Amino acid sequence: MLKGKTHKYGANVDTDAIIPARYLNVSAPDELARHCMEDIDLNFVKNVKPGDMIVATTNFGCGSSREHAPIAIKASGVSAVIAKSFARIFFRNAINIGLPLLESAEAVDVTEAGDELEINLAAGTINNLTKGKVFQAKPYPDFMGEIIKSGGLIEYTRQRLAGKAN
Amino acid sequence: MNLVEKILAAHAGKDHVSPGDFISAKVDVILANDITAPIAIREFWKLGLEKVFDPKKIVLVPDHFVPNKDIASAEQAKILREFSRAQGVNFFECGQMGIEHVILHEKGLVIPGDVVIGADSHTCTYGALGAFATGMGSTDIASAMGTGDIWMKVPPTIKFNYTGKLPKYVGGKDLILYTIGQIGVDGALYAAMEFGGEVIEKLSMEGRFTMANMAIEAGAKAGLFHADKKAVSYARSRSERKPIVFEPDADARYQAVHEYDVSKMEPQVALPHLPSNVKPVSQVGRVYLDQVVIGSCTNGRFEDLQMAASILNGKKVNSNLRCIIIPGSQQVYLDALRSGYIEVFINAGCAVSTPTCGPCLGGHMGILAAGEKCLATTNRNFVGRMGSPKSEVYLSSPAVAAASAIAGKIISPEL
Repeated sequence: MLKGKTHKYGANVDTDAIIPARYLNVSAPDELARHCMEDIDLNFVKNVKPGDMIVATTNFGCGSSREHAPIAIKASGVSAVIAKSFARIFFRNAINIGLPLLESAEAVDVTEAGDELEINLAAGTINNLTKGKVFQAKPYPDFMGEIIKSGGLIEYTRQRLAGKAN
Repeated sequence: MNLVEKILAAHAGKDHVSPGDFISAKVDVILANDITAPIAIREFWKLGLEKVFDPKKIVLVPDHFVPNKDIASAEQAKILREFSRAQGVNFFECGQMGIEHVILHEKGLVIPGDVVIGADSHTCTYGALGAFATGMGSTDIASAMGTGDIWMKVPPTIKFNYTGKLPKYVGGKDLILYTIGQIGVDGALYAAMEFGGEVIEKLSMEGRFTMANMAIEAGAKAGLFHADKKAVSYARSRSERKPIVFEPDADARYQAVHEYDVSKMEPQVALPHLPSNVKPVSQVGRVYLDQVVIGSCTNGRFEDLQMAASILNGKKVNSNLRCIIIPGSQQVYLDALRSGYIEVFINAGCAVSTPTCGPCLGGHMGILAAGEKCLATTNRNFVGRMGSPKSEVYLSSPAVAAASAIAGKIISPEL
């Protein structure tokens, strides 16, 4: 179960907004987290608390392939991102590093900044505790479920390689 | 099967694939740069392997912050250098280096029929050669460096046909900006874009690289062209590997087909702060500029500098702005030098730089202050992309950029 308050954004939150390129001369997660979202929301870093969630509308994470974007979000303490749709590379990167993403247009429409949410990842449910409403997120494809279950792509690949060695 | 399905089926060892299938595809080229490779290398070591699967198929290019702008970026480049020496992978040192998506095909490392993955979103550029090329993150690259394959979901394909005759000063950049303007920044989300039609058949390889480059700006997984004679001879003159030309079946399926008649198309400009916020140049209004940048993986090739030089020849850059020209590779730089273009640029008052991604992503070599406006031939104009979050980036072709550098404001090259 994940539980936290929400930070809400609109459409096309791009990777330059999530972590501006001027900070990409380093790759340490905690350094990146210090600048997360700063070009569109200077208060995010000040306000975010462990467990909090980001809620956005369409095409979240568009732009660059920089894995620094989901890394910065995860290292900020954010436990999940909920959006109507995600950009393809961002989606893949987040799954690979173990940042849960959930797609639910209904949950996004109803949820306001500051609402408290509770997410059951196994069931794919998003419970808006403030509004008293429960939503079902789009399920992960089976294949991605395998990667998530393994604990990310590197662990999944390690297991595959071990299988080959046997 | 369509072009994408043919290439992916062949690389997955299957007779047939359909959109939505999850496959494991063998990769021919794996790419990363000085921003994304350090994380990929860190993750690679977690696999417990001592060697990459095939060093010849891996390419590391330090192009974003090189020549290094500070100590931190020098440390990042050093990680690539040391890994490359130890593993024997392809590495292009500062001085032989160019922007990754300018040098990989220029040096014959990518050919028609390849599957290419790169830890850079503009990896889709190689679709111009009839390769399936797509951007991924560092962890995907790490896994592929260990195994030589990658999991992929077969995307649906959206077909774009361009008919008519291109007017003067309208080229690949205008076609792709127009297309993104029509379908939006998520118009091809999770899909591949396939470009064709009589206009494309006549388009130069440079123009095709520019179009494929910006497929990601519509959210696409890849942007592809059929590898025609032009593409095959481009690859043959640079690589000893044999190109494989995949032909779509007569009954190939597409998610959608869009037809655009280009005969009356004007040069296009993307206004802040999305690449889809596109207008014909005549409708942009009066936009005075502080900076013009001509270069990047989108428009830093020889033909782009040739176009800019033809407009700047004998003219002066407006005294209210600075104009920065960045050849995409050492070869482009040398060819432009031998053709006299570098002298044209310097006489016009431009700054000419060694190859770098620098200003395009707000890294170095052309950062904007608050309130400044820049017209660039790059690919993105998000908030803060080239510096201050209070600056503005407009996107155009090299022709519009060069004409605007002289005028001091955004203007059509016809004027």
